[in-house]
Amino acid sequence: MNPAFSVILLTTLTGAAQGLFLALFGCELAHALNLSAPTPGHDFYVVGALISLALSGAGLIASFFHLGRPERAWRSAAMWRTSWLSREVIVLPAFMATTALYGLSHAMDWPLTLATGAIGAVLALALFVCTGMIYACLKFLQEWASPLTVVNYLVLGCASGLTLASAYAALSAAELMTMMTSLAIALTLLGLVTRSASLLRNARLRPRSSLQTAIGIHHPRIAQRSQGLMGGSFNTREFFHHRTLQFLRSVKWTFLLLAFVLPVLLLAAGAATTSSPLLWLAFAVQYTGLLAERWYFFAQANHPQNLYYQTIS
Amino acid sequence: MTQLALVIDLNVCVGCQACVTSCKSWNTSGTAGSLADLNPYDEDPTGTFFNRVQTFEVGSYPNTETVHFPKSCLHCEDPPCVPVCPTGASYKRAEDGIVLVDYDKCIGCKYCSWACPYGVRELDPERKEMTKCTLCVDRIYNEALPERDRKPACVLACPTSARIFGDVHDPDSSASKAIRERGGYQLMPEWGTEPSNHYLPRRKTEMTIRPDEIVRTDNPLKVDGLKPMPDASTPALDDAASW
Repeated sequence: MNPAFSVILLTTLTGAAQGLFLALFGCELAHALNLSAPTPGHDFYVVGALISLALSGAGLIASFFHLGRPERAWRSAAMWRTSWLSREVIVLPAFMATTALYGLSHAMDWPLTLATGAIGAVLALALFVCTGMIYACLKFLQEWASPLTVVNYLVLGCASGLTLASAYAALSAAELMTMMTSLAIALTLLGLVTRSASLLRNARLRPRSSLQTAIGIHHPRIAQRSQGLMGGSFNTREFFHHRTLQFLRSVKWTFLLLAFVLPVLLLAAGAATTSSPLLWLAFAVQYTGLLAERWYFFAQANHPQNLYYQTIS
Repeated sequence: MTQLALVIDLNVCVGCQACVTSCKSWNTSGTAGSLADLNPYDEDPTGTFFNRVQTFEVGSYPNTETVHFPKSCLHCEDPPCVPVCPTGASYKRAEDGIVLVDYDKCIGCKYCSWACPYGVRELDPERKEMTKCTLCVDRIYNEALPERDRKPACVLACPTSARIFGDVHDPDSSASKAIRERGGYQLMPEWGTEPSNHYLPRRKTEMTIRPDEIVRTDNPLKVDGLKPMPDASTPALDDAASW
């Protein structure tokens, strides 16, 4: 597929926002359950919810750039019974509204912050499932059609959110920093495991469609001589990244380094030296790595329609 | 239940592109709105087409065959493009099985084109709406047209009659008969989309020649084994007489 920058931004920004919200709610829950967690003040939650809201808002804005007709975007909530995209369109604003309410409840010192947070956490998790399932439900895009797609959206979103939470905690609630960084390191390492699992799975995929099944002629040697057009078309632009294999491979190693290896080192260094700039750097590096990771996720998927568009002449 | 579809005979398609131009001509000037043609005479021409004829070479030289392969929306029985559409713009008509896009509802998110394994949906670069083959729904029910013209434009244009249009659920239709009698098949059956359009396979053509087809038995000059001309070795008149 040809990666669209709007979708890359949408999924990475909202992923970090959801992860950060889950970190905030986790803090409050741990405190409520008397898990001897340190208690930050209300301000920590208010500013944290604002950061999460800003990130998911930016993701929502980015998503509009993917649409040919953004003025009709309001229609897209209609088919929630069948379409994961429609479900995402409903859950994302609901998550943002709950995040806003959560921040407001803390700012106003209203009761029931824990209940609001619980609803927000459920919505954050549901949003991860919706986003992942948009891709995982397309069964003939074999690189995507796996539970690992959903798992990766969840784990990588949480990892980046917790790295952000560590950097934020180092600034405003230093007593939380150790817990946050260790969780961020754990999730980043888990992300490395699950993302590597999907890379291994995709490397071993055997495409189920071939030129033989595509045109229904069962001769072992078929070569396309003309694809029915001399210039480009929607089919040649939308479903192929037009990059070399070497470029693809370099993006893979880049994202493995930037999204997982370097952030773990920076998080550990930041926690050891209680240095907030190092933790912010960890988030910046990890986010850049996740942009590359998402680009690779799209570029790697090989759409069977490409079988029909092999040769111009 | 009716399921209108095309049955395409690969045995007689000659790749003349008449169906492509006829489709474009009808649909760009029809009720569905224009189909873009960007830079038609410059570098990088591009545009929207509902129907393309592709060419494949099967076998290795010198034992090859050229297969011309027309491809448009297959109007699947279980179309994967329909359930993924977030606005309900993409739908399958219950009454005749045609898969259509409600252009006024389409937001141009391209998700349905990702969900189609055949690559038969195109986002029009000017209208920014998803477009696709409508089986000429504005022709086939058009009572202003004479009855024999109420067929998709591609079917009427085909000079070799490689396209049969009809109800594939009606066992007596010419489309169903062709599928049944000539082994019509579906594309990419592995994904369970059950395309309604079928393709008729190419047939082996062998020439059988009987001896009496080479040597005409009723040739009057061959009667009794007599040759129509004397052998070159037999003396001619010039040899026999001196003038």
